Amino acid sequence: MQQIFNFVIRNKTFLLFLLLFSIALALTIQSHSYHRSKFINSANFLTGGVYGTMNSVDQYFNLKTENDILAKENKQLREQLYNLNPQTDSTFIDSSYTNAHYKVTIADVYKNSYALPNNILTLNKGKNDSIKEDFGVITSNGIVGIIDNTSKNYATVLSILNTKSRINAKLKRSNHIGSLTWNSKLPSHVQLEDVSQYAPVKIGDTIETGGESSIFPKGIGIGTISSFESDISGDTYTIQVKLFNDMTNLGTVYILENLNRKEILNLENSSNE
Amino acid sequence: MNNVLGINIIRFIALLLLQVVICNQINLFGFINPYIYIIYIFLFPIREERLVLLLSSFILGMLVDLFSDSGGVHAAAAVSLAYVRPILLKSSFGMLYEHQSIKFTTTDIGNLITYLTLGTIIHHLILFSLEIFNISNILLTLKKTLFSSIFTILLSVLIIILFSPNKK
Repeated sequence: MQQIFNFVIRNKTFLLFLLLFSIALALTIQSHSYHRSKFINSANFLTGGVYGTMNSVDQYFNLKTENDILAKENKQLREQLYNLNPQTDSTFIDSSYTNAHYKVTIADVYKNSYALPNNILTLNKGKNDSIKEDFGVITSNGIVGIIDNTSKNYATVLSILNTKSRINAKLKRSNHIGSLTWNSKLPSHVQLEDVSQYAPVKIGDTIETGGESSIFPKGIGIGTISSFESDISGDTYTIQVKLFNDMTNLGTVYILENLNRKEILNLENSSNE
Repeated sequence: MNNVLGINIIRFIALLLLQVVICNQINLFGFINPYIYIIYIFLFPIREERLVLLLSSFILGMLVDLFSDSGGVHAAAAVSLAYVRPILLKSSFGMLYEHQSIKFTTTDIGNLITYLTLGTIIHHLILFSLEIFNISNILLTLKKTLFSSIFTILLSVLIIILFSPNKK
């Protein structure tokens, strides 16, 4: 017993180092497994406060670009409004039949990151604004990511620039689907994997969300095809997608809540059993 | 004694804020960020208890992790640097360290740079290996280590010289 104590006292530095290092390593490994970076994330009071102060200063420098983005989006929405199919004018809609599918919340990006292999954003909306895990995050240009963790007033977003992220996407001109991943090289390009070799892939075509995942609605823009190649096996294409969004410059984002998600998940679960 | 404690606490907080508010946002050429918070570990007083250094570097690393959503990579790298610090000190300062009489602000600048370079490379290598966490991307790891190290060393030397109390 005496010897054990002596051993511990003699090697106390090494033992403490070992303990701390293994805690850090455990947290690292945990953070590399999808969706479970529960303990150490920037959705909390301390980091939110610091990033909030930074953001309130930072916003002033981006006012002009933000205005441009808003004006552009307004133009786009107005075009949609005026070019609406006239027959929808006269459709009688009983309010009890119109059920909204998506609820939209506006949020500010408090922390953006794009230089790491696993990028995570922090937003200034959280549980108090009824934001939960697995809500989609988009801008007026295209998708940004999926909500990962939430605290009372803040939320973290698993960016599409994250090696853990896999988002369902499809070609706009056909219905061939694939999953969107990132190879951690360029923040302007993501990869669309596992696209069937029968798909009519052409450089310059648009990639959009597939709507299979019940997180994003169908048809939100992602980017255009900049190049593509067949896999080694030759069965599938891997497509390089140039993003519509400039992920290095994000100011305001929209959080989408699919109000039917619970029903869809329940249905899928019950048919899996 | 109290003075030393105060200086270190201020240094801890100042470097942490500097790191998360400014240095994490630089992204030079898209991926190069300096990690200057390790100056705290470099300049920790030599005569103080090593356990305190280990614990405080762990907390510092953890806080940086908290701000940058990176799991525990900074904590792991910082703790390792704190642990190997005596070896670095011995190899870069030699006899001075044996006599426990190093004053970082008055030593030869060459020795100081050796010390910072060795420490920074060890820290960054561990940091980026854990962050990328993929053997097949080893070239990316080395590239990031190299460029970020240069940036960090330059900034660290500048900061240490700028804030050294003795005016010559």
